[in-house]
Amino acid sequence: MTRSLSKTISGWGCYPTAKSILIRPELMRDVNIPKQGSLICRGQGRSYGDAAISSQGQVMLSERLNRFLAFDDSTGILTAEAGATLAEILETFVPRGWFPAVTPGTQYVSIGGAIAADVHGKNHHHAGTLGVHVTELELMLADGHRQRCSPEKNESLFWATLGGMGLTGIITEASFRLIPIETAAIMAEHNPASDLEVTFKWLEDTDYDDQYTVAWIDCASARRHFGRSIVMKGHHARRDELPDDWKDPFFVPPLCSKSIPFNFPSFVLNRFTMAVFNERYYRHQGRKKGSFITDYASFFYPLDALAHWNRLYGRRGFLQYQVAIPDPYAHEGIRRLLEHLINSRQGAFLAVLKRFGSANAGLLSFPVAGYTLALDLPMTGKKVLNLLQQLDELVIKYGGRVYLAKDACLSPESLRAMYPRLEEWQRIKQVVDPERRFQSDLSRRLQLAGTL
Amino acid sequence: MRGAVLILGATSAIARGTAVALARRGHPLYLGGRDEAELARIAADLIIRYQIKVHWGTVDAGNYAAHGLFLEQAVETMGGLEGVVLAFGYLGDTVAARTEFEEVKKIMAINLIGAVSLLNECANYLENKRSGFIIGLSSVAGDRGRQSNYYYGAAKGGLSIFLQGLRNRLFVSRVQVLTVKLGFVDTGMTFGLPRLFWVALPYTVGERIIIALEQRQDRVYVPWFWRYIMFIICAIPEFLFKRLKL
Repeated sequence: MTRSLSKTISGWGCYPTAKSILIRPELMRDVNIPKQGSLICRGQGRSYGDAAISSQGQVMLSERLNRFLAFDDSTGILTAEAGATLAEILETFVPRGWFPAVTPGTQYVSIGGAIAADVHGKNHHHAGTLGVHVTELELMLADGHRQRCSPEKNESLFWATLGGMGLTGIITEASFRLIPIETAAIMAEHNPASDLEVTFKWLEDTDYDDQYTVAWIDCASARRHFGRSIVMKGHHARRDELPDDWKDPFFVPPLCSKSIPFNFPSFVLNRFTMAVFNERYYRHQGRKKGSFITDYASFFYPLDALAHWNRLYGRRGFLQYQVAIPDPYAHEGIRRLLEHLINSRQGAFLAVLKRFGSANAGLLSFPVAGYTLALDLPMTGKKVLNLLQQLDELVIKYGGRVYLAKDACLSPESLRAMYPRLEEWQRIKQVVDPERRFQSDLSRRLQLAGTL
Repeated sequence: MRGAVLILGATSAIARGTAVALARRGHPLYLGGRDEAELARIAADLIIRYQIKVHWGTVDAGNYAAHGLFLEQAVETMGGLEGVVLAFGYLGDTVAARTEFEEVKKIMAINLIGAVSLLNECANYLENKRSGFIIGLSSVAGDRGRQSNYYYGAAKGGLSIFLQGLRNRLFVSRVQVLTVKLGFVDTGMTFGLPRLFWVALPYTVGERIIIALEQRQDRVYVPWFWRYIMFIICAIPEFLFKRLKL
């Protein structure tokens, strides 16, 4: 007996929305593929755009399918139902000295969703995406039977599923590696870089690098300060790096208590407030000179401290635009993108630049060796959509791509120009899901499975 | 060390919430339910997260003859039990039940007879031991019959009365009997139902139940405000009540 609920939902960016039919199995035995119509799985709804909403089919919530099934403390391999969240994994395993091998910028993601988007973290240049730490997956395919796959077994299905946006099947279980840590703290360091050249230099300097490295760019500053940033880096602190008065080396910071209670009026975020925020943030973070010890949540998940922070952008929501530009054109490409953004006078509230290590074999996996730039832009209608279209053209020109987990407005043509292995992916999709049972608003908008 | 607790109907969402509240306090658990595969998953999860001893065995509320043996098994595996949580329930289809007596039988067999049969065995065991507790999950639907769910309500109402009697009987044996009257909880039973309000989460409910147990209460409404809602509903005179569409 599975009842459904009709509700208007959106991704984390609050744009676009879709009236969707929600179902929520409580147990794995209740998971099944509808005889008719389409289905997409939704974990924590943290993808920004329309990847986990569906205006023409069912949306299966996986939040109750979150059991830990096995943990091997000699290898650090955890097997869990795909609805388990990173927050649950941290709560359970940090006190025992384990940490996810890769973590995105929020702990409120499901493992299934993280694999479907093949997420990366601040350590991509060393550790790759989360997907490469997955040792095995169990998928429920369109015909209802469960299929295991791994880099060794049914590998084409495995690599189509990493970054496959939930369109190859329902990820029911996953086994993946955790890494040992000596303490739960992070030894961090912030350094203000005066412009984009310096930022690039530091991000590429191996002497300067650390386990986790990322640059926050002040994209409100033009001319002399163009591309100035705070380069933030850190590593899991060793026992001997902790100060003597640090009480519990495996302290798990409590989950967020503050919440944004309602949608802010849209005038709160404008060019002026963004410029002020950026200026203040630059000064504030830049002041933390030298290295300092911080808890892992402040380092990895600063925005999690404020539940529903997406409501800051008001009812119209926002767009998160993340691109990867491959070497050797990455410097030029990123520079042009930032110039275009600043000239458009629309401003972004947040811009993050990061060096990517090499790509994996995931057919639709986002990262490629080079740089990635992520921007938060308030949804202002046509104006911002036009801007993003112009940025898409630049990205294509430099051989780059847009991150599907954050996308809300790419065109099918641009997608085809950005993801050269799309056809390979479509052939596998055709084999495992010939009737296109798995669909989302994203897959229909981008005609991911081919023209409908 | 804390005593072992038997959870009957362990695959339900509220049972899982209660199991977590017990596991956090370090109680070893024995999970009873029909679905072996799901029991194994839930057991694995509790073992990994809370590092406690968890075992499980299959039991069907409708198979009364097997109930005695099931309890023996649970007691033997865990080396004795401190308490029991009765968490299974079946809402059923009220409209279908009007014309299909099989549905009525199923609602009664699970919610009332099956529950009574299993609790009989548990009560005798705990009475003998002269300590422990029984938590019975009943429903506010059992407080007053309403046209929308009176078959389920009748069974749960019967269970509430049974638990009351059990509490009376086991008082001298120092066995605590806690009747939990549940309002709306966000489970598979209520997901997508219209006209729900103030729906509680299973983990919150589980924690509430165990706190009521620790406070040695006899009866608790979860969420708490249902006590007042039901007070008002029960106070409406019948000649008015029968005219309402509830």
